[in-house]
Amino acid sequence: MPDPLTPPPKALRIIVAEDAALLREGLVRILERAGHEVVAAVPDAQALLTYTGNCRPDLVVTDIRMPPTHTDEGLRAAATIRATHPGIAIMLLSAYVADAYVGELLGSAPGGGIGYLLKDRVGHVRDFLDSVDRVAAGGTVVDGEVVRQLVGLRHADGPLAGLTEREREVLALMAEGHTNHAIAGKMFVSEAAVRKHIGNIFAKLPLDPHSDRRVSAVLTYLRGSPGA
Amino acid sequence: MSDAWTAVRGRPTRFLASAWPWRSLAYVGSTVPVGVAWLILLLVVLGVGVATIVVVAGLFVLAGVPRLARRAASGERRRLRLMFPERPANRPGRVSGPEIGVMVLLATVFWPVDAIALVMLSAPIVLLCAPVLVRHDVVDVAGWRVDHTGEAWAAAAAGLGALVLLAYAVTALACAQAALVRHLLEESKARLAEAVQQLRRSRSGLVDAFETERRRIERDLHDGVQQRLVALTMTLGSAELDLADGPGLDLVREAHHQAEQALADLRTTIRGIHPQVLTDHGLAAAVHEIAGRSPVPVHLRLALDGRLPSAVEAAAYFFVSENLTNVVRHAQARSAQVQARIEDHALIVSVVDDGIGGADPQAGTGLAGLHARIDALDGELDISSPTGGPTQVRMTCPIR
Repeated sequence: MPDPLTPPPKALRIIVAEDAALLREGLVRILERAGHEVVAAVPDAQALLTYTGNCRPDLVVTDIRMPPTHTDEGLRAAATIRATHPGIAIMLLSAYVADAYVGELLGSAPGGGIGYLLKDRVGHVRDFLDSVDRVAAGGTVVDGEVVRQLVGLRHADGPLAGLTEREREVLALMAEGHTNHAIAGKMFVSEAAVRKHIGNIFAKLPLDPHSDRRVSAVLTYLRGSPGA
Repeated sequence: MSDAWTAVRGRPTRFLASAWPWRSLAYVGSTVPVGVAWLILLLVVLGVGVATIVVVAGLFVLAGVPRLARRAASGERRRLRLMFPERPANRPGRVSGPEIGVMVLLATVFWPVDAIALVMLSAPIVLLCAPVLVRHDVVDVAGWRVDHTGEAWAAAAAGLGALVLLAYAVTALACAQAALVRHLLEESKARLAEAVQQLRRSRSGLVDAFETERRRIERDLHDGVQQRLVALTMTLGSAELDLADGPGLDLVREAHHQAEQALADLRTTIRGIHPQVLTDHGLAAAVHEIAGRSPVPVHLRLALDGRLPSAVEAAAYFFVSENLTNVVRHAQARSAQVQARIEDHALIVSVVDDGIGGADPQAGTGLAGLHARIDALDGELDISSPTGGPTQVRMTCPIR
């Protein structure tokens, strides 16, 4: 293992799994450029599991659709990692929004941070690296596009029916991993107003009192899909 | 009056008052000239053909025989309507052996038999007319000399009885003959049914091949162009971090934006060909995705387990996609509902909205294309859209 002369403050040990060579190389370049250490870059889920077992990275970045069946190998590998090494943060990349993914993703056991981004997002390098940091720090990051599509489906029924439009908006931003301060900025309201909305959300949703209420609220939100 | 044979076996008064004896008479009667005409034509053609066979021309003449048979058969089909008025004559296919058989029977057997029947029919008619004829001359029918009025009336009575018997006989003859002709000619109907079966098979094969090809194109685009574009946006995104503010950075940002546009366009195109989520996860996941994109809230009620044949999944996907697009564009709806379930080995999908209705099924190429797609799978498409709403569109598609 080469010893970096000037390790960045939050340097992470990362494994990248992506079957398309171009994207794999691109991801490695971006992550290394930011000062992270990519301990392995692999083309399929089997290799991902092997290297994860051997290298114990801080974070795994994996494509969902990989060989041999090109369906959800990456997702299943992520579930396995979550079960065997719950402390490893997981960032999933997908070419498209599939509702089922979100359900499966959040159905996995609690552990390190988890993220679900569309591949297009990686091009916004600064945002992508920011998401990587948040997930590595234990946060939950779900792509804004995914969240928007889920919101469209969620109006009708489920535990979210009692929320106001404004509260739902706040919850959606929470799901994207934003802090109260960032939400206030995005909604052009005061942080106090955001806190009031969040208080209402906590009161209205059937949340698990023993877990982090904020995480629990986001999970309720993301699981509220009729299909997921 | 469903058919002659039923009438023959029914009440005599009813049978005699019906059109069947007359139809049968017309059938039998017309067989004679038609049969004679075919006999002459056949003899001439065969004669000329055989005579000129040494100069090769005869071969061409003889080659015309099957065409004659076809003409004869189509004429017979038309004449069959006398005996089977409710059954439309089926359209002839290729010239078949049975058609030649019908022509030969017509030219050699049918007309002599029918001619004998007609000659026999003349006897009771003469007997029936005996009271009139006897005034002028002695009437002699089959060795029975009738020479005075009293006997003439008895002859008329006997003639009436014989006429009734002959009405039965002629009808039975016509029935037998028509049934034989029909039996021979309907061979081609079975062939037609087989051809339809084969067409249907090849059509569904074509639809499957079409769907496979679309999936291949989708995968090629996804694995090729799309990956390259994503890689390009990553490179450009990295470049943005390296560049200081200035015209260079602006250009790279512009290029990044353009690459993203291209990616978005490509995504839309792939969605129109065969969406990835449909390939990977099936109909339910794909419908969730469409519903998620829809600006009008969509309620889903999907009772779908496992995967369906890919052509059916694709048809259902495009059905939902097209109809939700229409809901957004035309219906002024506040919400829409998509239902899907499997019932009796068929997939039933419906899209209902609470909009203004009045949708025209003829308008737009989208629905027409959808119709063709579903049709090719032996499915059905129903649209109900009264003015004032609601619009309800439903597809039913068998799952083989």
